[in-house]
Amino acid sequence: MSNGNIYMPNLMRIEKITEEAPFVKTFRLKFEDEKVAEEFSFRTGQFGEYSVFGEGESTFCIASSPTRKGYIECTFRQAGKVTSSLARLDEGDVIGFRGPYGNIFPIDEWKGKNLLFIAGGIALPPMRSVIWNCLDTRENYKDITILYGAKTVNDLVYKNELEEWKNRPDVNLVVTVDPGGETPDWKGEIGFVPTVLEKMKPSPDNTIAIVCGPPIMIKFTFPVLEKAGFKDDMIYTTLENRMKCGLGKCGRCNVGELFVCKDGPVFTKAQLNSLPDEY
Amino acid sequence: MSNLIKTAEELLQNKKVNLVIGYEKGTGSKTRPVFIRKTEEASKLVFDPEMSQNLAVYLLRPEVKKAGKTAFVATVPALRSMLQLASECQIKDRDLIAIYVKDDQNTLLFEDFKSVETFLETASTGFKPEEQELLSKLLAMSTQERFSFWTTEFEKCIKCYACRAACPMCYCHRCTTECNQPQWIAPASHPLGVLEWHLMRAMHLTGRCVNCGECATACPVGIPLNLLTYSMMESMEAEFGTKPGMKADTKYALSVYKPEDKESFIL
Amino acid sequence: MAMEIERKIYKNSSPDAIVERLLKAGKKVTAPVRSGKTVDFREIKSPSEIEYKTLTTIQSAKKVAFPKVDRVVEFEVLKNSVNTLEIDFEAYPEQVLFGARPCDAAGFVPLHAIFNWDYADQFFLKRYEKTAIISFACSTADEYCFCTSVGGNPGNTEGSDIQITRTGNDQFLVEIITPKGKAVSALFDDLLVPETEKTEKEKFLSDVPGAFDFDKVYNKLSSIFENPVWEEQASRCLGCGACAFVCPACACFDFQDEKSLKKGSRLKLWDSCGFSGFTIHTSGHNPRESQGDRWRQRVMHKFSYMPHRLQVRGCTGCGRCSRACPVDMNIKEHISQIESL
Repeated sequence: MSNGNIYMPNLMRIEKITEEAPFVKTFRLKFEDEKVAEEFSFRTGQFGEYSVFGEGESTFCIASSPTRKGYIECTFRQAGKVTSSLARLDEGDVIGFRGPYGNIFPIDEWKGKNLLFIAGGIALPPMRSVIWNCLDTRENYKDITILYGAKTVNDLVYKNELEEWKNRPDVNLVVTVDPGGETPDWKGEIGFVPTVLEKMKPSPDNTIAIVCGPPIMIKFTFPVLEKAGFKDDMIYTTLENRMKCGLGKCGRCNVGELFVCKDGPVFTKAQLNSLPDEY
Repeated sequence: MSNLIKTAEELLQNKKVNLVIGYEKGTGSKTRPVFIRKTEEASKLVFDPEMSQNLAVYLLRPEVKKAGKTAFVATVPALRSMLQLASECQIKDRDLIAIYVKDDQNTLLFEDFKSVETFLETASTGFKPEEQELLSKLLAMSTQERFSFWTTEFEKCIKCYACRAACPMCYCHRCTTECNQPQWIAPASHPLGVLEWHLMRAMHLTGRCVNCGECATACPVGIPLNLLTYSMMESMEAEFGTKPGMKADTKYALSVYKPEDKESFIL
Repeated sequence: MAMEIERKIYKNSSPDAIVERLLKAGKKVTAPVRSGKTVDFREIKSPSEIEYKTLTTIQSAKKVAFPKVDRVVEFEVLKNSVNTLEIDFEAYPEQVLFGARPCDAAGFVPLHAIFNWDYADQFFLKRYEKTAIISFACSTADEYCFCTSVGGNPGNTEGSDIQITRTGNDQFLVEIITPKGKAVSALFDDLLVPETEKTEKEKFLSDVPGAFDFDKVYNKLSSIFENPVWEEQASRCLGCGACAFVCPACACFDFQDEKSLKKGSRLKLWDSCGFSGFTIHTSGHNPRESQGDRWRQRVMHKFSYMPHRLQVRGCTGCGRCSRACPVDMNIKEHISQIESL
């Protein structure tokens, strides 16, 4: 952005590639320009536009925590043109990054509260940033519970970190797979995320719920939380609409009069209730 | 007009159709498409032979298909579009009723493809005088001059895709230009992107375009696009003897093979 | 920028002499040019190219600051790295938009609001900075015009740097509105004389009857999101991009990369919310599935969201969309119908 070109990406080198699940990869990225690396900061919940020069840009959240300096991470599933090009890259290749854009998870407001994280499938990446941010400042929060589910055992992402979270005494982790997705040695839960959540009987007392997942999971999870007594302004989620500019100009990602790239991607359920069904 | 209204009212009243697509009065002297679902609305229907868009463009819309049996006011090009859509297996016989307006007092109803085929045997499809003039000029040009003509016209193109949207034959759910793995056609409206788009479209319409002229009429910057696709139709007819939109079961010459096909480009 | 408007008189049968001065000073001049049946804005090299006898042009003049294809990033992909090349914003030419209508000039106000919201888009702003807009007030109007319903009028000076109003066969009123206008008028100041008696400008302007009340429509829109009127009005809409592309206030754009061997660029292209694929997700899910949804977005964005969030109107009442629409989606008519719901 040396001469004010807001669309100019910063160059980043792929330091490490992790294959999380079939067609899902995590990139650990470092800025090429040391000055940019030093000055760069972001807050949890924000996203970026990741470029493959010559193919285009794709929008992913920043999946690493702002507490971990010196690199950022993104996790994506190979789905279209740009993600397929990204998937063909190797460690050492250079991509572009524009960001951070969007609003944040208001973790400062959550201090002293219990946190209930609910995620499904490929929607764990946006949560991972906020989970690590909270775990790295663990003393700020009371109970932390994570409920994560995927179609099959193989589809679970961040398998190493799930192990880490499982072994932490200060985190209550529940992992589930859809019925039929278990392996013979599977020791976790079996059932859809909303069903498992109901079994857990979550308490709304002094608790914030953060829900990210495919639309069908969210559709059935919200009623469970409502029944358990969670108020709409205590439930947070993220929206993902098709984006191009990421900064409120191209006119594509609006839901009613709000832009997912500027007023989101983090929204409370209370806000969603007042928005039209355009997402 | 009154006969048209009467016909439409009867069709809706007797529940022979659930929807009549026709024309209503528009801004100034324009007429524009209208969707009539209630008998009392049929009085909106008008017909101006000078200003009648090809309504066949609406026939494959989800809302129209959902409406069930539909009637539409059809000009000769629209009847041909209907038969071409039938040849491409997009509509079935007796799914639609075509209403042809002869004059104020006379309308013809076509309830099946056979009746349309018979009618088209004696119907005329021609160019407007100024189009014929331009076409003659184009045909008299050398290849270089003709290319220069089109590239000058294409400078105006803004890739609004009104040509595609107005064309009854452009019904692909995902147009070639929207395929991005690989990106066959550059989406940009720079000279290369514009040329690629119009050439590709002309190729995809070869042997399918019935020359209704909607592409040219719809173009906001006035590019005479129908003349581009028309030349392809003439070539097809000369090479393979087929004319689109005359029969409901025309086999597409570019996807079938006959032993008599000339292969002068190989031998 | 609210300086006192300076009024001068230009005594000539045509503004050609003014254009000569602009061209001689090396300015890039864009004006209405006829090409067969259509009149549109093009760069001119001589005043003889200008078509004065036209109410309006097919397209707006937004391309002088927001071109239909714009290179925003240039890059070279090497073996182990990528070089990105800076675009030189200072290289944009000094230019004059000559012969815009008040509704064209007013269109730059919402464009400026969008491109300057939070992040400053220099591709638009730098070009706009170097553009002087000389508009012609309107002595005629047609049935598509509705500038007076959206806060404009045939002699509106909003967005113009200089405005010229014909007040006789050999006379024009020249209003110098902004400092930028003052700087440009220095090029032809000797052709102007002071105004001795006050010209009643309104006498020379066309009458544009009001069609709807903007505030009433704005209020109505906040409660009719689920109303079936959207599907009804959009039933004949073909979903092309003509309305958005000819509109002076539409700024939606797309990014597309192009690359040949090693070198390539990222292009910013005009886009339209009316296209079916505008909001489609890679998964195939489309938040705006039907044409009615997309038509609603167009109206809401221009008449509700932009006024609310950016305090600008998203429509200048020029009527271009309605004239260009292949199926006569007359926005004045549609909005009037919405007002009376």
